[in-house]
Amino acid sequence: MIAVKDLVHQYSTPQRVIQALKGIDLVIEKGDFVAIIGHNGSGKSTLAKHLNALLLPSGGSVEISGMDTSEKDNLWSIRQQVGMVFQNPDNQIIANTVEEDVAFGPENLGIEPGKIRTLVDDALSSVGMKTFTKRAPHLLSGGQKQRVAIAGIVAMRPNILVLDEPTAMLDPIGRREVMDTVLRLNREEGLTVVHITHFMEEAAYAKRVIVMEEGIIVLDGTPRDVFSQVEELQKLRLDVPAMTELGDILAKEGLEIPRGVLTVEEMVVALCP
Amino acid sequence: MLKDITIGQYVPGESSIHNMDPRTKIISVVLFMVGLFMANSLYGYVLVTLFTIAIILISQIPPLMLIKGIRPLWIILVLTLGLHIFMTEGQIIWQWGFLKITYEGLRQGVFMALRLVYLVTITSLLTLTTTPILLTDGIESVLKALFIPVAHELAMMMTIALRFIPTLIEETEKIMKAQMARGADFESGGLIARAKSLIPLLVPLFLSSFRRADELAMAMEARCYRGGENRTRMKQLKMYGRDYFAFIVMFTFVGISFFFRNGV
Repeated sequence: MIAVKDLVHQYSTPQRVIQALKGIDLVIEKGDFVAIIGHNGSGKSTLAKHLNALLLPSGGSVEISGMDTSEKDNLWSIRQQVGMVFQNPDNQIIANTVEEDVAFGPENLGIEPGKIRTLVDDALSSVGMKTFTKRAPHLLSGGQKQRVAIAGIVAMRPNILVLDEPTAMLDPIGRREVMDTVLRLNREEGLTVVHITHFMEEAAYAKRVIVMEEGIIVLDGTPRDVFSQVEELQKLRLDVPAMTELGDILAKEGLEIPRGVLTVEEMVVALCP
Repeated sequence: MLKDITIGQYVPGESSIHNMDPRTKIISVVLFMVGLFMANSLYGYVLVTLFTIAIILISQIPPLMLIKGIRPLWIILVLTLGLHIFMTEGQIIWQWGFLKITYEGLRQGVFMALRLVYLVTITSLLTLTTTPILLTDGIESVLKALFIPVAHELAMMMTIALRFIPTLIEETEKIMKAQMARGADFESGGLIARAKSLIPLLVPLFLSSFRRADELAMAMEARCYRGGENRTRMKQLKMYGRDYFAFIVMFTFVGISFFFRNGV
C-alpha cells in the first residue's frame, strides 16, 4: 500500500524556488492499477520518483507498506519493494546480455547465485523474453528492451511496479507489448501498478486514473468517470480517448450515448443496442 | 559502417585456451611475462619461442591475425634494434666511420625485439580467446584476490563501457547524418579542417552521454545498486582440470626459464 500525505517537493534554481508538487494526498491500495496522466511539468514524474525514495519529500510524507521514505534505514527495502521502469530503455540496461541485466537487481540484493538463476528465468518467462536470454541488449527492439527492463524489476520480487512513461519512446507494436506485459503482471501476479503515461488509450486500461496539473491532483476516479468529463480535460489541454470524444460530440447532437464510452466495442453497443 | 567495428577483438572458438577460466589466462599471462623477462640466453629464447608457437597452435587463432597486431609496433622494434646494435660496446664485427656493430649489441638487440614481439603476441592472445564479459569478470576476481580496493568499481566501469559502445556508435551515426543533412562536411579539407568539422559531432555526443550517464545512475540506484559490498554474482567462475594443468605447465615454463638464465 502506498500512502502519500500532503507531499510537497520543491527545488531551487539560481533564479527561484520551484514547487513541482504542491500538496499531494493519495492512497493506492494493493493490487490496484493506477494511471497518472498530465502534461510535461505537471509533476507526475516527480511524484513517481518519490515512490521509491529517489527523491525525498520537502514537506509531507510518503509511506510504502508503512515504511517512511525519509527514514534512511528503510531505503533499500523500499527500493526492493517498489520497482521502477524508466522512459528510455537504452539508459536502464546495464549488462551485456539479457540474463546478466535481469540478474543485476537480485545480485545487488545479495541473493545466493543458484536462487538468482531461478529468479531470472522466472522473470524472463513472465515478460515473454525467455528465448532472448543470451542476446545482447542493443540487438533488441524497443519493446523488447523495455520488457527486459521490466523483467529486471520483476526479478527483485517487488510488490509495486512504477512505470515512468515506459512507452513514450516506442512504436505502436512495442507499446502494445509493454502494455500487455504490465496488464498481465497486474492481473495474474497481483502487482500493484502505477503507470505514468500521456497516451489516453493506455490510461483507459487502468482501474483508476489520476490527472495531474501544476503539481496537484485535479481529477481522480475510474477511467469512465475521468474521461466522461470531456470539457474539463479539454480545458487542461489533454486528449480524451477517441471514442469518448466521439460519444461526447454525438451526445451534444442529441443522441443518447452514455457518458465515458472508452472503446470501439462499447461504442458499437451504445449505438446498436 | 561504424557498426562493423568489433568490440574487443574476441575470435570465437572452442580450443582449450578459449575454454579456460579467464582467471587462469590472466595469471598465466603474468607468469609468461616472468619467464620471458628471465630469459637472457640463447637456450632461454629458444624455449620461449617454442612455447609461444605451441600456445598459438593450441589456441587455433590464425597467425596472420597476431602478425596484424604486431605491425603497429614496427617503429618501436626498429628503434630497439637500432639502439642496441649501434650503442652497445664490445667485440666489433663491422665498422663504418663512427658507426660500429658489435656482437653483444646484435645479440642484445635481437633479444629485446623478440621479447617485445612475444609480449604483445601473448597478451593479444588473451583478448582474442576471451569474451569481454568473461575478461571483466576475471579481472574483477583477480584484483579482489589481490585486495585491490576498487576491483568491483573497475569491473563495473568496464562492463558499462562495453555495454554502451554499440549504443554510442549508433548515436554517433545518427548525429552525423543529422549534421550532414544540415550541410556539415566531414570528408573534405585538410587535417585541421577535418578536425574542426568534428566539433558539431562531438558536442552533441558528449551532451547526450552525460544525460545517459545521469539516467543510468538513477536506474541503477532504483535497482538497489550500492557498490560491491554484499553483492553476489549469478555466474560463478569455476576452475576445471585444464586450468590446474595450465598452471602446472606455466610454473614448469618459469622454472626451466630460470634454469637457463645466465646459460649460453
